[in-house]
Amino acid sequence: MKQMLSREPFALLAFSLVILTMPIWLAPLGANYPDLLQKFTIYAIFAMGFNILFGLTGYLSFGHAAFLGIGSYAAVWSFKLFTMNVLPALFFGVAFSGLFALLIGFISLRRSGIYFSILTLAFAQMCYNLAYSVLTPITNGETGLQLTLQDPRIIDRALAEPGKGLPSTELFGLSMSGYSGFYFCAVVLIVCFFISRRIFYSPFGLTLRGIKSNQSRMNYTGFNTRPYTLTAFVISGMFAGLAGSLLAVTDPLAGAERMQWTASGEVVLMTILGGVGTLIGPMLGAWIIKYFENIFSAFNPETLQSFFSFLPEGLRTVAVDVSSLFVGEGWHLTLGVLFMLIVIFLPGGVMEGWRRITRRFGGGSGTKPASSPNAAVQPAE
Amino acid sequence: MDAIFLQFLNGLDKGGAYALIALGLTLVFGTLGVVNFAHGALFMLGAFCAVTFNKFLSYELVVLDETKKTAWGTAVEIRTPYIEAWFGDFGTQILNYSVPISILVAIPVMLLIGVSMERGLIKHFYKRPHADQILVTFGLAIVIQEVIKHYFGANPIPQSAPDIVSGSANIGAWLGLSDNIVYPWWRLVYFGFSALIIGAVFAFLQFTTYGMVVRAGMRDSETVGMLGINIERRFTVVFGIAAVVAGLAGVMYTPILPPDFHMGMDFLVLSFVVVVVGGMGSLSGAVLAGFLLGILQSFASMNEITSIFPGIDQIIIYLVAVVILLTMPRGLMGREGVMEE
Repeated sequence: MKQMLSREPFALLAFSLVILTMPIWLAPLGANYPDLLQKFTIYAIFAMGFNILFGLTGYLSFGHAAFLGIGSYAAVWSFKLFTMNVLPALFFGVAFSGLFALLIGFISLRRSGIYFSILTLAFAQMCYNLAYSVLTPITNGETGLQLTLQDPRIIDRALAEPGKGLPSTELFGLSMSGYSGFYFCAVVLIVCFFISRRIFYSPFGLTLRGIKSNQSRMNYTGFNTRPYTLTAFVISGMFAGLAGSLLAVTDPLAGAERMQWTASGEVVLMTILGGVGTLIGPMLGAWIIKYFENIFSAFNPETLQSFFSFLPEGLRTVAVDVSSLFVGEGWHLTLGVLFMLIVIFLPGGVMEGWRRITRRFGGGSGTKPASSPNAAVQPAE
Repeated sequence: MDAIFLQFLNGLDKGGAYALIALGLTLVFGTLGVVNFAHGALFMLGAFCAVTFNKFLSYELVVLDETKKTAWGTAVEIRTPYIEAWFGDFGTQILNYSVPISILVAIPVMLLIGVSMERGLIKHFYKRPHADQILVTFGLAIVIQEVIKHYFGANPIPQSAPDIVSGSANIGAWLGLSDNIVYPWWRLVYFGFSALIIGAVFAFLQFTTYGMVVRAGMRDSETVGMLGINIERRFTVVFGIAAVVAGLAGVMYTPILPPDFHMGMDFLVLSFVVVVVGGMGSLSGAVLAGFLLGILQSFASMNEITSIFPGIDQIIIYLVAVVILLTMPRGLMGREGVMEE
């Protein structure tokens, strides 16, 4: 089984199957609705892209959400100016975020370690602050960039009379809301998985891992590491831009809060939770976080009351009081606790946990082949 | 000229806050080698010490005054804080001075929080990579922030400075400049306070034996340990001191900025930039960079400058950080070999 999965066509096939049947196997978990499914796929792309930088090179960027925001803005502008077709929007989202990543990466990658984290954070905060204040003509400030009836939409208008009301995003006539939107995102995710798998097992990917484990030694062997890290940075920025433009595809609205540094922190958490440097770990992390965010933030005291109804009166009140801290508005508290627990006890994330379990129960066969990426977190210094 | 001097003054109080937080961050980093993303949360906790103390003082005694009637014919209720009811004018004074008095409360509370944080969590992260330290303290910061939000709500809670310093000082007249330079008293107090704290921390490190050992430990903790000194315990105390410094910065900042649950994060990001600009591990660098960036920020928000470079006030700190990091890789006063390899 394992041998088979390590062969590319099988791996891709299995992955596509899992992704495309998500509406079926998520139904018993109560997560089978298009909004959430779209989020699953989109944030999986975001985390996967982040992992290409953090997981492979060890450079911890604390400003990745900036690219997500830039992708969203570019996509919405493409909807406003040209056409409601999603392909140009994706193209512009990826292109612009790639451009910004090239610029920011070129400057930030001159330093490593915490200095790199601070530099990326500084750039992201600059983008965020500017989007809120001076760039309001482009970003529409606090309200967020939205579609309006008076948008030019040059291409759409040249082809057909505009209908009444706001148009919705489409792919050659296929509307991008609901399940069709999910399947579109799913296909994009599969393509991204393919690309990131290829990167992982390519000489390029191996070089990046070499940089992570010992950059100075790489330099001594005659490698100029800068172009490699920059390429990784740009690729992961483009993944983030792609995720951002997909967010705009499923809901044509872009706001500056997507670029705030808490959003950058969230993608770090997803990657850590799933397993840094593993191929599908970050995706799992994104799913877990988005799933629990959805479940937990929907809880309210009434549901808690009924949940703890088996307890006697006094105990129930205590249980409800304590757990109400963690649900609804307090969902972020759960997130923070989860974050700490993972970093303290399971630095390798879910994938590490899985490996431990298989090793314990599967005997010798559970150990990973030597080609598997090393999940240990190493700083880039 | 007046405008420039005024902006310089305006930068001082913000710079003071940055310098205090950055000082604590650097202390922790220099001694324990830990990058503490929860330091902003300590600042916020300090501010909420003041809020809690004030809340506690203003618990009210409610009595009905039968001699007066409302329009409904019911007795008028008279609310007086217990402390006034019990102590009269003295109580009123205490309530008036609640912010400075809460310093006395904040010191033990913050010391306790700091020490238990170090013993409970940070201790286990000495040997882990910096990325892990950043992540776990980031998680801790989220937790603290959310707990505060749960108990105090999401809205800022304004605190007032004592009446005696509620007005503005006419600094221009003192210095023989024009009368236009007026500056809120409390901000002047804040600047003086932060200078005092910074001086106290430096004096502690420079002139006491305890401080000398700590400084030696910052250089080479292994050797100090071999000399038979329990350096870990001293570092724990240093962490506590850093927590107290951040907490006091928060307490005194409440009249300037009504505290809310995310003020810590807002300041943390800036303070990290301050630390990095000043040079990782350099205490005087942190203080210098704190004031420098505070003053630069207030200059950048002048109308004359924003009309030339719109939005510069929003990004000036980050811009300066980028420029300094690229031209001076170790920051303004960073030592060699810190955070490199």
